[in-house]
Amino acid sequence: MKIIKEKHPLLTRWTHWVNFPLLAIMIWSGLLIYWANDVYTITIAGHRIIRFFPDWFNTLLNIPQRLAEGMAFHFFFMWFFFLNGLFYVGYTLISGQWRSLLPNKHSLRDAWQVMLHDLHIRKTLPTQGKYNAAQRIAYTAIILMGAGSIITGLAIYKPVQFSWLCWLCGGYHFARILHFTLTIGYVLFFFIHVVQVIIAGWNNFRAMVAGFDVVEE
Amino acid sequence: MKTYKKKVRKVLTPEQKIKRRNFISFLTFFVLGGAAFGGWKWLLHAPEETPGVTAGASKPLRRALNKSELFFRNLFSHKHLARTYPIDRAATDVRVNGDIGIEDEDFDQDNWRLSVARGKKEILSVNMADIRQLPKTEIVFDFKCVEGWDQIQHWAGVRLTDFIAHYKLLEEAKMQYVGMATPNGEYYVGLDMESALHPQTILAYEMNGQPVTPEHGAPLRLIIPVKYGIKNLKRIGTISFSNQRPPDYWAEQGYDYYSGL
Repeated sequence: MKIIKEKHPLLTRWTHWVNFPLLAIMIWSGLLIYWANDVYTITIAGHRIIRFFPDWFNTLLNIPQRLAEGMAFHFFFMWFFFLNGLFYVGYTLISGQWRSLLPNKHSLRDAWQVMLHDLHIRKTLPTQGKYNAAQRIAYTAIILMGAGSIITGLAIYKPVQFSWLCWLCGGYHFARILHFTLTIGYVLFFFIHVVQVIIAGWNNFRAMVAGFDVVEE
Repeated sequence: MKTYKKKVRKVLTPEQKIKRRNFISFLTFFVLGGAAFGGWKWLLHAPEETPGVTAGASKPLRRALNKSELFFRNLFSHKHLARTYPIDRAATDVRVNGDIGIEDEDFDQDNWRLSVARGKKEILSVNMADIRQLPKTEIVFDFKCVEGWDQIQHWAGVRLTDFIAHYKLLEEAKMQYVGMATPNGEYYVGLDMESALHPQTILAYEMNGQPVTPEHGAPLRLIIPVKYGIKNLKRIGTISFSNQRPPDYWAEQGYDYYSGL
């Protein structure tokens, strides 16, 4: 018989889905800002592998000449991005959800096995709770990255008022690089996350919207 | 005879429960998602602000910029200093990023005078020799452009607070804003008084130990480390004080008026 098994609390789902458009807006407006000084590249042994960003990319997304607009959006939505993140972290800590989310001493080894399994190298999965070991690491890391974005963001937004924070981030110049790199990290996370969600299937996705799993008993 | 209407609450089967919760959840999801999307579309196409001291931004976003300014002004302090560096860290090839307001080729440095509005009618006229008499302050700091680049630069000149004290502009300094403009009036900035009176705000006439070059704003330019480069006016022609926001070149182009760091 099918039974309902509660999975994700309302606040977890709410903050997750609020974060999705907020982060998208922060990344988009960030691109408008970054364009005005688009100097970052990945260069290996003198060869430029990637340029952030090629002209076709900027043209495609209508990025050029919108610095002021980008700043205005970025410095508006930063508040909601921050508050939503704070809300999530606060709830996760108080509700005890962190117990199923934070990595534990087995997580690293287990995550490796999860990855081997996902790559079809290993047949079995280690035992897991609501989240597997790879998820624990990924979902904790992404929150730390979020905190990193807030900290590096604040460091480059008010580098004089928060000069100690700017110093902590390796100075203004490096803080901007970190802020940008974290954003690239979100984009990579997003793609892997979406692929994993598609592979995991409907029941898993529904749990993130409706909150429950359906299990056969 | 009394009849009792018995309320029978139908017991849902798991299948029905699943269906019901799916329906409610996804309906909520799509309704809220649609509302968020609608809100976003509205914001994206919100009407532009009425051009005034600020212009070029949409109304709600300008409001947000001004609100954020109010929040962060609470954290502003004259004790918060821009980090300074040893002189040998300063760039020798100092970046030039704009020449708005200093384009006229017939500008004559020797006849240059700084005009400062004092009181209601008086105009104080100061030349470079006067300014060089005042105590000199040097600073090596990380200059930050609104575009996102930064460069460690070495400047020297008179602190605006020293200038104000010397020329007895203390009454003016009680007002809320300072306005500065190039001699031809084509580039102009407005500064909140607390930023203008910051101990690192300098009327600079030297760069790397030499007189400021024309493209960097000779003979006298503003160096204000608590603001983006856009507020660091080159070739100051006039200084005035006001309780209203003075005009600001880039605030009229959609940028934040405050632009504080």
